[in-house]
Amino acid sequence: MLDLRQYTSLGAALRDALERWPDETCLIEADRERENCRLTYRQFKEAALPLARALQDLGFQGGDRAAIIMTNQSKWLISAYAVFYSGGVLVPLDYKLMAREHLQLLAHCKAQVLIVEHHLWRVITQADGYRDFKVRTVLVTEAPAKMDLAGARRWEESRGSAEPQFIPRAREDVACIVYSSGTGGRPKGCALTHENYLEQCVALTALYPFWPGVRYLSILPTNHAIDFMVGFIGPFTCGATVVHLRTLRPEYVRDAFPRYRIAYMTLVPMLLKNLERGLRAKFGALAPYRRFLLHWLIRINRTLVGDRPNLRVSRVLLRQVHQAFGGELRTLFVGGAFMDPSTLQFFYDLGIPVANAYGLTEAGTAVTVNDFKPFRADTVGKPLPGMEIKIINPGSDGVGEVAVRSKTVMSHYLDDPELTAETIKDGWLRTGDLGRIDPSGHLQLFGRVKNMIVTEGGKNVYPEDIENAFEGLLVKELCVFAANFVWPERVLGNEKLILVVRLEPGNEITDALLNELSSRNRRLPDYKRVNGYVVWDEDFPRTASMKIKRGVLAEAIRAKLDRQSAVVKL
Amino acid sequence: MRTLEQTIDEILGLAATHFKVPREQLSPHDDFFKKLKIDSLQALELLTRLEHHFSVELPDYEFQGVSDFRTLAERIHTRL
Repeated sequence: MLDLRQYTSLGAALRDALERWPDETCLIEADRERENCRLTYRQFKEAALPLARALQDLGFQGGDRAAIIMTNQSKWLISAYAVFYSGGVLVPLDYKLMAREHLQLLAHCKAQVLIVEHHLWRVITQADGYRDFKVRTVLVTEAPAKMDLAGARRWEESRGSAEPQFIPRAREDVACIVYSSGTGGRPKGCALTHENYLEQCVALTALYPFWPGVRYLSILPTNHAIDFMVGFIGPFTCGATVVHLRTLRPEYVRDAFPRYRIAYMTLVPMLLKNLERGLRAKFGALAPYRRFLLHWLIRINRTLVGDRPNLRVSRVLLRQVHQAFGGELRTLFVGGAFMDPSTLQFFYDLGIPVANAYGLTEAGTAVTVNDFKPFRADTVGKPLPGMEIKIINPGSDGVGEVAVRSKTVMSHYLDDPELTAETIKDGWLRTGDLGRIDPSGHLQLFGRVKNMIVTEGGKNVYPEDIENAFEGLLVKELCVFAANFVWPERVLGNEKLILVVRLEPGNEITDALLNELSSRNRRLPDYKRVNGYVVWDEDFPRTASMKIKRGVLAEAIRAKLDRQSAVVKL
Repeated sequence: MRTLEQTIDEILGLAATHFKVPREQLSPHDDFFKKLKIDSLQALELLTRLEHHFSVELPDYEFQGVSDFRTLAERIHTRL
């Protein structure tokens, strides 16, 4: 792999990677059973540099911001490299956000360029806030012929003929602005520097190295912080191959393992559970004697392997299981949300190690990861090389707020010095997560001190971001909370949102109000929906600027109401 | 040529069979995540079933934000 300590920017590192392994395959894009493209590092360069030149010809300069809104596909990576080559700052936006949310974030980050898939662009141009759209250059991919693009250009035709200029960046320059939340309330644009990414890559590849010929299956969108690192920067700076699958459908994901002989893959808990469910269903459908034999082999594997994975042994003993995964699978990574230890154990017993990790965008992706020395299903592993962790205000059981200090911690929140100061104190990033470091140095997580939830799909949901979905409801005031913020629980997983409503004096909850509430709730993406409501009979405490004092309100609700009886399920 | 109502009816039938729910318990305006007690990946599995049944290709992104049978049927119907 490249020695990333020698580089000052992602653009420079990627440029050298493309030169160093010209004939290795760097990228395969598959859609269901079709293969859309297969590029060597040389071909990737030949696709990206004319785009970089086109951007430069359109006035894009070092430090300018370019947002990408795309599903999981090869043009995402090609565009990102063109931006880095031109010294730009990349703004990866979640394509699953609603159009008005895209518009809010594009305005917040003041993007000069937007690179977007056609179907998403079409929705953006029809959104209410589009009249205030100020992005100078829009490149649209995969637009049908003769389609009116509302002033945008075709990505496929954006190819400058001259050599583009490589714009160098310093380590401390911002490489990406990644939004960890904030479409409804306060946008949290994490400014991550080139150093943050280069150091994160060094730390991760020290534990899990890539090399030419090894294949990584990417099914998470590249805007996802984990996939950006493990499915782009990591493999590319090691000469490895990334296989992009454009669909998340479980049957195609399962097919991709043997088809592309995958070695590594990252999943969110929901996907891993789905894989587990599929395998359990297959095992359950086996003839009784074969099922007995399988369980017997699993027991032998568990005994022989012990607490450190031994792929050679497991691949021989459980040959058919490993063949179904292509026979070359080394490790699955899981992160982004709470992972049930029983699922980790299930895969481990089959000889498929799942490295459970913990991280957050603000810390440049991963902070801890299980290194299998030994395997532990009950923790999120030890800190990666170069990461320091401490527990703030630990209780008698050692549990307190997790804080992180490392070269991977973001520089700041974009245009929000106040929030930055609250979040990073004396160089320590306050994560808002509750944890404990056990005697062997493993981090165990227990819950959150912050008002947010993380879904099984790895999405952070900040309650204040969804309050506007309930605006205009016939109540005096309302507020959304993470239920565990109001009634703290030392558990992770199955986290819920609740809506607290203060009715007009004398009013009661009516069927009409409930119907309206449910209907608004249904219109939200499933991961943003509130699970129940609470009727609160006092005015909300507010600041001088009329913002709800959420902490005070949560405390008052907790003191007066019991969770079980107060929350009415929707 | 199917009518939209026929498309809805066939979708409800397929969903009931696939997720082993009595057909009579499903109606067009139901939130299929709640009614079938499924997550978004299981919903994608249903989509594949529907693709095979209706012989159309349905891009995943077309169904982002869709959670009731009627809207699902409308999206499929435009492709028939």
